[in-house]
Amino acid sequence: MKSSNKGTALIIVLILVALGALGYVYYKPQMTEAPVATTPTTTQEPTAATPPVAMTATPAPMGGGMPAPGQKLRIASEGAFAPFNEIGPDGSLKGFDIDIALAICADMKVECELVKQDWDGMIPGLLAKKYDAIVASMSITEERKQKVDFSDKYYNVPARFVAKKDSGLTDTREGLKGKKIGVQRGTIHECYAQKAFPDSEVVLYATQEEANLDLVAGRIDTTTSDREALSGGFLNTPQGADFDWLGGDHLDKSCHGEGAGIAVRKEDTELKANISKAIADIRASGQYNEIMKKYFDYDIYGDQ
Amino acid sequence: MNFTLIANHTGLFLESVLTTLKLVGASVLIGLILAIPCAILRTSRNPLINGPIWLFTYVFRGTPLLLQIYLIYYGLAQFPEIRNSFFWPFLSQAWWCALLAFTLNTTAYTAEILRGAILTMPRGEIEAAKACGMPSSLQYRRIILPSAFRRALPAYGNEVIFMLHASALASTVTLMDILGAARKFNAMYNTYEGFLVAAPIYFCLTFSLVGIFRLIERRWLRHINPQAA
Amino acid sequence: MDLHGYGPHLLTGVWLTIKLGLLSLVVAGLLGILGALAKLSSVPPLRLLAQIYTTLVRGIPDLVLMLIIFYGGQIALNQAGEAWGLGYIDVNPFIAGVLTLGVIFGAYMTETFRGAILAVPKGQMEAASSIGMSQALAFRRILFPQMMRHALPGFGNNWLVMIKATALVSIIGLEDVVRIGDMAGKSLHQPFTFFLAVGLVFLALTTISILVLRWAEAYYGLGAQEQ
Repeated sequence: MKSSNKGTALIIVLILVALGALGYVYYKPQMTEAPVATTPTTTQEPTAATPPVAMTATPAPMGGGMPAPGQKLRIASEGAFAPFNEIGPDGSLKGFDIDIALAICADMKVECELVKQDWDGMIPGLLAKKYDAIVASMSITEERKQKVDFSDKYYNVPARFVAKKDSGLTDTREGLKGKKIGVQRGTIHECYAQKAFPDSEVVLYATQEEANLDLVAGRIDTTTSDREALSGGFLNTPQGADFDWLGGDHLDKSCHGEGAGIAVRKEDTELKANISKAIADIRASGQYNEIMKKYFDYDIYGDQ
Repeated sequence: MNFTLIANHTGLFLESVLTTLKLVGASVLIGLILAIPCAILRTSRNPLINGPIWLFTYVFRGTPLLLQIYLIYYGLAQFPEIRNSFFWPFLSQAWWCALLAFTLNTTAYTAEILRGAILTMPRGEIEAAKACGMPSSLQYRRIILPSAFRRALPAYGNEVIFMLHASALASTVTLMDILGAARKFNAMYNTYEGFLVAAPIYFCLTFSLVGIFRLIERRWLRHINPQAA
Repeated sequence: MDLHGYGPHLLTGVWLTIKLGLLSLVVAGLLGILGALAKLSSVPPLRLLAQIYTTLVRGIPDLVLMLIIFYGGQIALNQAGEAWGLGYIDVNPFIAGVLTLGVIFGAYMTETFRGAILAVPKGQMEAASSIGMSQALAFRRILFPQMMRHALPGFGNNWLVMIKATALVSIIGLEDVVRIGDMAGKSLHQPFTFFLAVGLVFLALTTISILVLRWAEAYYGLGAQEQ
């Protein structure tokens, strides 16, 4: 083959492929999530003409983070932290966090779209603008505040340990010496387990569900997480039949933070303010209590 | 990229390299030893002997390694019968579960590679061995297997490298291998740069292996590639 | 096998796995041919580019590559988008998965196609140019059909490896059959049942693929002399 002809053909094909790839990237097929429709009207000041919804390149939002008219607010949740967020048999997200997110969107009069995201990539995904807010029982901590901003808290529950009934363990440093504590990677509970139990082996899991599974299997001696997540997501289920609380509440502000908040990017100041206001609104209107009662018998908001 | 942060955790990454090498080394070694009888049995014409081994290799080559790891680690632990059995002290630990999954997987692939090499044995050599009156076991030990190993070397080298890459999956079941260390680092600082540290580490390990296999090939396959120095 | 109502959801996962595999195959095949031509070209920078491509992919585990492309790629795209005033360019996770698998297996296909092109006797192309066929025509009618026969075993092997590699996208959150089985199994505390079901799905996919490949080898091997 003549080298010049081969080279030319190659370059032409490369250009075609590059164009094809670019076209693919711009075309945004149906999202896998069914969009959760709330009141479709938006109260934003008119912005520049928005591209048709099929296009993926969105104009840079008018600062502040609120979605432009016609755009949806994308909210991420994990789906592996019952009863706060979990996945139903049809594959959709549900739980306390989801209900709160929908109520907040309704209050802000924006249309929301729920996105499933693994915990490991939760904050990187927010920073990469895959979504605009995280409603996944993410606690407000100083460490996280270095990367993202949080709204006001929307609940605050302490952490607890669970173990097999009659395990003979105590939830103290000496009591768990040499034992295995399972925690979810990248959570406040990992921080606490490593800080307060340096004589124990801390085993990291991608989700709390996996830690629970290994607890039942006997691979770990105990696990620590939000009290309500352990009761609603484990102790009150058939798998948790042989298990019970190991001791009482633990609260270490430096690790456990100030309660669960909604994370947004630092530059989205208007969004943050609106979300905090919406939280206050649904608390005042009683909608918060309605949602809370669906899942819990008592108040989980915590002290003011 | 924040190099100081990464430098603070050199120990984490170095230990993870050790874990990876131990896991890959052990599974490849045991897999090779187990694959030899499997390959020989697979060449048998008796379906009762050939069949079960065929099923084994078919299942383990036909399903993803990730799935095999999940099945052994999470799946088996579901059953109280297994939890109370003799195997539990092993299966309860992630290390042994991962080792089991990797070993079974590499045994299946290696057995097929060796089988292919045995079947493409030059007929003349086997006939000569028979003519000398060698019993079957001696044929295997002195003629067939050495030749098969040599011819299987390129494909086997690929398989070992594949195992090194597959070891990254061990991080899905709590093991602190290289990728596990990267994920821990990422979770600590809410970043993805841990992956950018893991990639060059794997790269170096891979090409060290490639180099080692090239050296072995140069020596053992000398007879079919006389030009290579 | 009681799937507790997750059956239909699992089926959507199977469909996604198949779609992912086929689309990635197209991307990989395309990149493979381009890469092979680049490696065999007489333009040194092209050869170097292709060499770097295959070396990088062969040297780094698929999962690590996937994680880097998925997370890093999005951030790079964001920065590029902002630099060109385009704002946020979203890459659908499915597309990200297709591109990632395509890029990774494109490197393996490059080696396959390169070996296949080299296996076609030089005389064929020389004869083609001697009767005045253009490059493109010669490639389409002489080189490609003969190359396919040599490429098929390697191509088929890459496909079998790739369909199993789609399981890795479950780790970047794509809802393929492995991920759905994983989530269902863990949430119901019955991982064995669901992983077994997923395993059977893969065995079925593998078996069908092997049968199709055997047919293709027979078809493309028609008229070829047995060596």
